[in-house]
Amino acid sequence: MNILTLSWKNLKNKPLNLLLNLVLFALGAGLIILLLLLNHQLDDQLRRNQAGVNMVIGAKGSPLQLVLSSLYHIDSPTGNIPIAKAKPFMRPGHPLIKTAVPLALGDSYEGFRIVGTSPDILELYHASIAQGQPWQHPFEVVLGSGVARSTGLKPGSRFHSSHGFVLDDNLVHEDADAFLVTGILKQTGSVIDQLVLTSPQSVWEVHGDHGTETAPHDSTAVTHHEGADAEPEKPLYEYEDKEITSLLIQFKNINAQTLSLPRNINENTDLMAANPAFELDRLFSLVGSGEKTLRAIAVIILIVSALSIFISLYASLKERRYELALMRVMGASPDKLTGLVMLEGLLLAAMGCVFGFMLGHIGMELLSGYLEKTYRYPFTGWLFLPGPELQLLGGGLLIGLIAAFIPSLQARLTDISETLAEN
Amino acid sequence: MLSTNALSFAYPGQPELNFADFECRQGEHWLVLGQSGSGKTTLLHLLAGMLTPTSGSVILAGTNISRLSGKAVDKFRGGHIGIIFQRSHFIKSLTVEENLLLAQQLAGFPVDRSKVSGLLERLNIVHKLKSRPDRLSVGEQQRVAIARSLVNTPKIILADEPTSALDDLNCEYVTQLLEQQAMEMNATLLIVTHDGRLRNRISNQIHLN
Repeated sequence: MNILTLSWKNLKNKPLNLLLNLVLFALGAGLIILLLLLNHQLDDQLRRNQAGVNMVIGAKGSPLQLVLSSLYHIDSPTGNIPIAKAKPFMRPGHPLIKTAVPLALGDSYEGFRIVGTSPDILELYHASIAQGQPWQHPFEVVLGSGVARSTGLKPGSRFHSSHGFVLDDNLVHEDADAFLVTGILKQTGSVIDQLVLTSPQSVWEVHGDHGTETAPHDSTAVTHHEGADAEPEKPLYEYEDKEITSLLIQFKNINAQTLSLPRNINENTDLMAANPAFELDRLFSLVGSGEKTLRAIAVIILIVSALSIFISLYASLKERRYELALMRVMGASPDKLTGLVMLEGLLLAAMGCVFGFMLGHIGMELLSGYLEKTYRYPFTGWLFLPGPELQLLGGGLLIGLIAAFIPSLQARLTDISETLAEN
Repeated sequence: MLSTNALSFAYPGQPELNFADFECRQGEHWLVLGQSGSGKTTLLHLLAGMLTPTSGSVILAGTNISRLSGKAVDKFRGGHIGIIFQRSHFIKSLTVEENLLLAQQLAGFPVDRSKVSGLLERLNIVHKLKSRPDRLSVGEQQRVAIARSLVNTPKIILADEPTSALDDLNCEYVTQLLEQQAMEMNATLLIVTHDGRLRNRISNQIHLN
């Protein structure tokens, strides 16, 4: 019967108080854990998916929307831009630009976006082919690992795309050619896992833009594309009458010229240039105030739970005055009584923390299913952040000690003769 | 074994209580008699070191406990004195057995389960070993309180009105138990009471007025 067992038995003797204290504490700690995990993963995802892109060029509109749609694939594009206008940035040999990756958006398959792009995009996201071949001809696609897992498509499978980004049977391009899966990418943990990659030509053709190159086709004409397009393809920037959605730009170096380039583009052309790092910071400051509010609520819950621990210890000591005096009579020192009450507070806080951690992680795991469906980013509750979580544990234990301080003093100062002489 | 010397005590704002000197030898049984308010409980608390006298001293087994520091007197009391209060109180969250084990532990003795059950056996209450104290009858509680006071084989047993809440049958039983156990341990027994039923059982008497 050590002092720890005794304090646990004392707590257990008041099951409803114990429950209330634990629930309150676990709620506060759990909410903080949940916010930590969510914030960390969102931040991590958004930063990772920035993929070293320094500038996004697209149609005029909201720069944040352009970044979200082209880099994170979570919003609609701002519109399309004619290649004729984007040509200067796409041609090799631009003094400032290292790579310019074109994106042609507009279609999806089972909710996964089909992106008409150049193979350079693989380098941006450090992606490589796990199975099969890269796409070469129109209507050949390579699937991100998440798409392959979710749809069950394999190299050799065919599918019809649908218009827009939502899953809707009425919008399926039944009249257009089927896409042929030629390869699957390795998992990268970035947004490319959730994309279907093809050439921009495929996207143009699906949209009935059969102006120049393609022969009239019917639904059986799939084979036509394989090997038939043997003619050497011209570079993308030569398709001046076509449109793309945006360009992801990587600079050779960051210098004064590259810093002023977005402003030049915005002021002097019909295009819009956005800086992802800047837009991301703006987004965080917008979302941040909501997160701050939630964090404040969590802190308030923790303070209330400290108050609740204090009140129940104080009330239970009033009831247990005789017990405390009795323990002194049996040989316990005042220090031991102080320790006993402190330990009861600590024990409550420690158990509250443990339940809070479980609540936070399980809550995040449950929420991650919903978040993945909405944003198509992988989230998990089984991520552990040792630094902040240990800090939270330390803070929680401190709360327990503070709540137990006055009751422990009260226990120490119990006058044994006076208490035991009462009847 | 137990002696007092010019013992006096005053509660704040109240007249001083003076106690006549007395001495009890090892193994003797004593009765402290007096009306309510005569200072019986105060004397018992002084003897047990729960109160510090205004003047005078209590010598217990050769130690002047009035001179011991707070911590030392707690320790000394736990190891040498068994106390039974008028109304038995226990640690509510613990069973009868755990209450007795705690008494051993707090006094700094090794935990001895067989001693605890043996003692409860002798007091005819071993079947309540795993019960919560508040589930027992008053008489049973008093027997467990006696067991607790004896669990560390004290040199002196102090009992404060141990029988006043009991009917005649239980009064007889508890007194007999107390005398018998004190005799077996060769401990000095001092009972503070105003219960007339005990007057004829114990001849060594101290009268307070």
